Parts: sequence; C-alpha cells; structure tokens
Amino acid sequence: MAAEYILEMKNITKRYGENTVLSNVSLKVRPGEIHALLGENGAGKSTLMNVLFGMPVIHATGGFDGEVLIDGQSTHIASPHDAMLKGIGMVHQEFMLLPGFTITENIKLNREISKNNVVSRVLGENLETLDMKTMAGDARRALDSVGMSIDEYTKVNGLPVGYMQFVEIAREIDKTGVKLLVFDEPTAVLTESEAAQLLQVMKNIAATGIAIIFITHRLDEVVEAADGVTILRDGKFVCETRTADTDVTKLAGLMIGRAGETAFVTADPREFAADAPVALHVEHLAVDMPGEMVKDVSFDVHEGEIFGIGGLAGQGKVGIPNGIMGVYDAEGKVELFGQQVKLNDAHGALKSGMAMVSEDRRGVGLLLGESIEDNIVFNAMQVNGDFTKSFLGAKLKDSRAIREHADNMIKELDIRCFGAVQHTGTLSGGNQQKVCIARALTMNPKLIFVSEPTRGIDIGAKKLVLETLVKLNREKGMTVVMVSSELMELRSICDRIAIVAEGEVVEILPVNSSDADFGLAMSGIKPGTQNGKEA
Amino acid sequence: MAKKNWSEIIRNNIVTIMFIVLCAVCMVFSGYTPAYVMYELFGRLSRNLFIVLALIIPIVAGMGINFAITIGAMAAQIACILVLEWGVQGFGGFALAAALTVPMAAVFGFGIGKILNMMKGQEMIGGMILGYFANGLYQLLCLFIFDNIIPINNPNLTIKGSSGIANTMDLVKGGIAGTLENLWKLSASQAALVFAAVIAVVLLLSHLRSHRKNNKALAVNLVALAAFAGVMQLPFMVELFSMVKIPMVTFGIVAVLCLFNVVLMRTRLGQQFRAVGQNRTVANAAGINVDKIRIIAITISTVLAGWGQLIFVQNMGAFQTYGAADQVGLYAGAAILVGGASVVRATNTQAIIGTILFHLMFILAPAAGKNLFGDAAIGEYFRVFMCYGVIALALVMHAWSSVAKKKAPKASDK
Repeated sequence: MAAEYILEMKNITKRYGENTVLSNVSLKVRPGEIHALLGENGAGKSTLMNVLFGMPVIHATGGFDGEVLIDGQSTHIASPHDAMLKGIGMVHQEFMLLPGFTITENIKLNREISKNNVVSRVLGENLETLDMKTMAGDARRALDSVGMSIDEYTKVNGLPVGYMQFVEIAREIDKTGVKLLVFDEPTAVLTESEAAQLLQVMKNIAATGIAIIFITHRLDEVVEAADGVTILRDGKFVCETRTADTDVTKLAGLMIGRAGETAFVTADPREFAADAPVALHVEHLAVDMPGEMVKDVSFDVHEGEIFGIGGLAGQGKVGIPNGIMGVYDAEGKVELFGQQVKLNDAHGALKSGMAMVSEDRRGVGLLLGESIEDNIVFNAMQVNGDFTKSFLGAKLKDSRAIREHADNMIKELDIRCFGAVQHTGTLSGGNQQKVCIARALTMNPKLIFVSEPTRGIDIGAKKLVLETLVKLNREKGMTVVMVSSELMELRSICDRIAIVAEGEVVEILPVNSSDADFGLAMSGIKPGTQNGKEA
Repeated sequence: MAKKNWSEIIRNNIVTIMFIVLCAVCMVFSGYTPAYVMYELFGRLSRNLFIVLALIIPIVAGMGINFAITIGAMAAQIACILVLEWGVQGFGGFALAAALTVPMAAVFGFGIGKILNMMKGQEMIGGMILGYFANGLYQLLCLFIFDNIIPINNPNLTIKGSSGIANTMDLVKGGIAGTLENLWKLSASQAALVFAAVIAVVLLLSHLRSHRKNNKALAVNLVALAAFAGVMQLPFMVELFSMVKIPMVTFGIVAVLCLFNVVLMRTRLGQQFRAVGQNRTVANAAGINVDKIRIIAITISTVLAGWGQLIFVQNMGAFQTYGAADQVGLYAGAAILVGGASVVRATNTQAIIGTILFHLMFILAPAAGKNLFGDAAIGEYFRVFMCYGVIALALVMHAWSSVAKKKAPKASDK
C-alpha cells in the first residue's frame, strides 16, 4: 500500500503579512529518490523547508495554505521535533556539532542510550548512566554506512570540515525510522573529492529507500546526483523535471529566467576600452566577514563606470565593499586612482575619497536616534572636518551650513520628511536609504559603493534610488560600484557585472549575456566551460 | 597526538604558574615553619574546598562562575539562625540546618536561574549583582522581619537594647560548631592510608565498569597511590604534618562531591549540561530544553554552596551575620581560576589545586609582607589585590585565547 510519493507538498502558499513568499508551490518526492530543489535566494526554498519542518516562524505568522502528505497521508507537522518523529531529518548547512564531544556523543546527542542506576530509579531517567559502549556501537554502524572509517571516540574538535559533514549525516541516518532527509547546501564547504564522496554517500542512502531533498546552487552536482529537479523562482513553482531530460545550461536558464519582466529604470550599457583609466584596482582581496567570506577577488573598475557585483547570498559579494571600506578585516591590495588604499582603516578609506552606502541601513548605516541633518553630515564632519567653524580655538558645529546642505539634499533626493530635524528612525525604509545616499554624497566621493541599495524598500523608492545612481554617474561622472542580489537591477543600470561565487569572482559578464550564463556563473561554473568540466 | 609546545602550556596555565612562584617566594620570606603552614592550610581546605567545588557544574553548563553562590550561603546562614533559635545542638543541629538549607537554596537557585536565562551571556555580572541585591533582602529579613514579625526568643541572637539579629552568631555555645570536624579525626599519615585505600577501591570499580579497559593507566594510578600512602608514613612527612589533624568526615564529604561531579557528567543530565555549555543553539536543535538545564545547573550549585557555607561556619565556630556571605562568591571564584580553570572549563583537580594555592597565599602573604616591609597590612593589601587581579586576569586571558583561536584556523589556511 506504499504511496507513490513519500512526500507530497500540494499548492503551498505562505504569506508574511502582505508579502506572498510562496504561491501555489508543489513538491513531490518518491521513495529512494534524490530530488534537487533549485532556486535563487528569495526563491522560497528555505520557506518551503520551514513549512516542511513545522518551524515556529511559520506557525507564529499565521501558518500556510496547502497540504502536506507523507506516505500519502495528509499530515500536520507541529514542530521540528514532530518532523523528526515523522521521519524527516535535516543535514544542516552550518554544522550542528559540539566540538568538545566525541563523534559518538554528537551522533547520539539528546538521544543517548542509558542504563538504570541506584539514583535514577528514584529521581528519574535524567540521572541514568550513559551506556557509552552501546552508543559507540550505533555510531560505528552509522559511520560505516557513510563510508567513514574514523574512530568513533575521536573528538569532533579539529576534524577536517568534510568529516564533520559526514558525522552530521551519520547522525541523521542513526535516527530510527528516517524516511526523508533534507540536505541544505551540503557541498558548500567541501573540497572537490569530498563533494564527490558525499554525492556517492547520498546515492547509497537513496538506494536504501530513503528519499533525499538536495538543496544546492551547484548545478553540475544536480545533474550528477539527482533524479528529479524542482525549480522555484520568486516564490513560484517554475517546473519539475527529470534530470535525464535536461542539462546544466537549461537549468541555469530556468533558475534565472526573467523573460517578460521589464526593468523600470534603464541606462544603456557602455563599452570601456581595456586601457581606459582605472578608478579602482582590486588584487587578491580576502575579507573575513562572517557569512560573506571573500577568499580571493581581483577586478578593475574603470573611471566613470557603473560596475555591478552580483551572486547568491553568502557567497561573498557583500564582503567586497565592506572589506575595502575597512568595516571587516581584509587582506590584499586595493588601489584607488593609482593610490594604494590602506586596508582595515575605515577612517582612511573614507578620507581617500570612497564612500559606501551600507547594506545594513539600520545597523551600520544610520544613527536612528539622530536627525536627518546630523546623519547627513556626520561622516563629512568627523572625517573631513566639513561643516565646522572655529570659535576660540575649538571646532564647533556650523548649524547654518548644515541646515542649508541638508535642505538641498532633501530636495534633490526627494526625501519625504517633515524637515531636516526629523529623526531617521521614524522614516520609511526608502527614505532612510536616501539619507544614507545623501550622507555618502556629502563626502564628495570619487567612488561610491552601494551595497544592496534596494533591499526592503518599495518599488517607487527603488526606482528613485536607481535613477539617482544613474544621474550621479552620468552627470557628475562619479564611479559607482553596486552590489546587489537582484540581478535584474544590476542588468538594468550597470556597464559590466562581476558574478561572485564561493568568495571568488567567477566571471565578469557584459549585461546582455544570457540568463543561462548568469545562472551558470552564480553556481560557480565559468560560462562556456561546463561541457569541458563534465567530460 | 601533536606535541604541545612549552609556550602554549605556559600560556594556558599562566595564572597557576604565577601563583606557585608567588607562594614559593612568600614561603621563603614568611618565616613560618612548614609544619605550621600545613596546619593552617588543612584547616582552611577543610572549610573552603566544598564551596569551590560547587562552582564546577555551572561552568560546565556554560554559565561561567556562579557568583550568585553568595545567595546559597545566605540560605545556609538563615538555616543556622533558625537552628540556633530552636536550640537544636550538636550534629543533629548541623543535619537539621543542612536539611533546611536545601529547600531555601533550591527556591533561590530556581529564581536565579530564571533571571540568568533572561540575560544569557551576562551570567557572571548578573549573578554578582543579584548577590548584592539579595544581600539587601537578607538584611531586611535579619534586621526587621526576624524579631519584629517572626519572634526570636533566644536572647543571645538579638541585638541588645534594640531589635533584629545580632552582628555575630556564636555557634560554640549551644550551637553546631565543629560538629562535623569532631566526628572522626586522624593524623595525616593515617588519613593518607584511609583515603588511598578508598580511592583504590573506587578506581578498581570504575575500571571494571569502563567501556575501555586501560590497564596501564590503572596500574600507574594504583602505584602512585601506594607510593603516596607510603611516603606519608616516612618520618619527615610525619614531621611536616605533625600539627595537622585531618577531619575525616569533612574531607570525605568533599571527596563524595568530587565523585558526584564526575559521575553526574556521565549521566544523561550531565551530557545535557555539557552540550548546553558548548553551544546552546546546537543543544536546542537537538531538542534539549536549554533554559531548564541551565536552571537545574544553577539550582544544584546554589544548594551545594549553601552546604559549603554550613561547613565553613561550623568549622569557624561563629559567623558575621551581615558580612560572612558577601565575599564567598569572589573568593571561591578566584580560587578556582587560580587552579587553571577558565570561565568555560573547570575540573575537580583545578578546583582543589586552586584552593590550595589561593589559601597558601592567604596564609603566607601577610607574614611575608610583615617581614619584608615591616607591615602586615602590605601583605594583607597584596592578597586582596591578588584576588581581584586573578579574576580580571582570567577574564582577559579567556577573551585573548578565544580571539587567538578565531585567528588560528585562518593562518593555517594559507
């Protein structure tokens, strides 16, 4: 009576307030199948998985519409623990391992096998003695099934990263009654040979009848290991297909595909000669920004160019401006108009003529308790000593000049507010972003970084922000480096776009490259080489 | 196994090494005979070890040094006052006080745990401030509620000519002073034989039940024990410990607590303490109720601290009603850090070594100060300075080594 599908998610719709993040998405997984789930950031992959695991965030925001069937039975999953009991396991992207515990202890964490002793008979099972021998035996079996020969009493601390991933998998396998395992970007941290081993292990697990949902951005791995693929885009179901019927290029196109969408701001891309003057020269830059690690990045930005940096979240694109501007620890060589820029020195970076509009508006970008005018002139006052006047040898704030400048900026950028003294904390997201831009402009920068300028703001404000950037570039000749997760946005105003994956620049593409090329680059494959790699 | 280099060993144990050197220097200048120092030391160990060991479980559970043990100590003092009031004498009085301490300290511990759960990451400063706050409530209880609302009939307990509990509690007259100590005392050489025998039996038992039979380690341990017991019988050792009378029951209880700390870590609950201590996120993901585990850890620690304070006051024979608990957390915390523990890692051995070194310093520093500078106050100043200095140093070292750890894998990448 086994159902055809071990898991069926039918017409799942999930709204956060007004915002629909999943609409009518379906996912079907057969027993023993490796099913890849593909999509850009924000496509709805994690929300779908949150629904599957009954995460508190889903229930706290009004639940979801649609139906989840396990083994053909309609099911309500109340919590992650409930999901575990129903045989659904997750192999996390970040390791959920305790470094001070042995492999055995980690595999058996909170599922310890224990024996009665004198005290526990009185005070309950929490005081039962651990039966390390039986636990180790179970761990050994689980490790063997993922092909790891390592001693089960080894401490996790100091294990190579790849091993940790396998320990994590062994833990899921050890749980009794597992029917479905979700692998969230499991190969992201692995070397090539480890990744190959992992895919083999996944195939072995699938062969025992356990179904696997494989979330990844590496398209070549999908083609290699998966039997079926479901592609999501912008919270919508795009298609489900058998891997045998498709290839890497088709998948990349489907994942990105924006045909039919029109950009609301357009600026014609311009060609820059290879020997055009260079504004920014970046060589072997590495940035230690948590979650956005940059490993080795080199590129040149021409004077007067709008240069885009794109890629999936967590791949390092946001780390680049933060590293250059001295917000996070960086190593490497950066030259601005031929002048070496000292890294790890935020003050120096600002002083050298660069400014940045941070992606973290409310955290790094603005002093929310201060007025618009103070926010606008803050950096210029601190770094350049602008807007100050001398009085008896002390430098005082020049309130009149500040007000004049702020009023100009408010008019020019169309910041919707009651006046220059309104606190920035009370502005809408779009207007806060404009204040950030105004502040960056007040520095009179020769080069401006804008990081995720349109994140979390409405369409009207988006349009205005992008138009402002184009205007600054075309009229004032300012060089702009724009980092964004929204490829369409980059393609609408940039001259060239560098795609970053796994902390490195995969390729610098012209804006009119095909969707497939961008999709391939985002998954770390240099466009035009994927055939060679497969061979 | 990679060889540890010397600089790393020194860096990891810098506080302990520094204290050993200081103690040695003070020993030379103090002019005390070793026999006297031993006498003083064992007296102090018998009354202080227990409360230091009470700090281990919260450290393992990732809550740092539980400075709120002062509140456990207050519970014990309230129990003492009640026992004095009721006039229960001798060992019965001590047992009653110990029994009374449990529910009070447990309730306080539960409350402390609840509050500390609201301020994760700031447990240490939180515990310290809670201690100060609780001191205010304790004073309210002793100065006003006792004798005014709850009548106190024993005239020795109240302030003459006024109301409230008197400043000093005398436990000798009709109290519980020395009840634990005087149960069974042995000379050091005899005590060594008894303890060696008991430890040997425990080792053998745990060896039989262990999943990994390490015969070599067992043999080494047994030989070391025999050697220790043998050396203690030699004339010069007998001479060294000539003034020491070991209170067997007190040290026996300390030994049981050490064993408890070890055995508890091998249970399901102990595993949960360790998991929560290492990473709350991971523990939570594995389905462990992190908040509950933290409350249990603090509650156990608070009750143990209460007992520790009882052992302390019955040894001293008297206590300052309004001051005895104040410094308990600070001194115990400093002692465990001196032994090489950090705010994230602590063992029985570290607690014992730390208590020995810390109290050696307390014994020797004033005398050395007097002989060197002609003023005992300088030595006195020095040991108070050391106490705070050690805590500050240990915190800085911990911050430093976690930064170093964060940088280390990056360097090895290249």
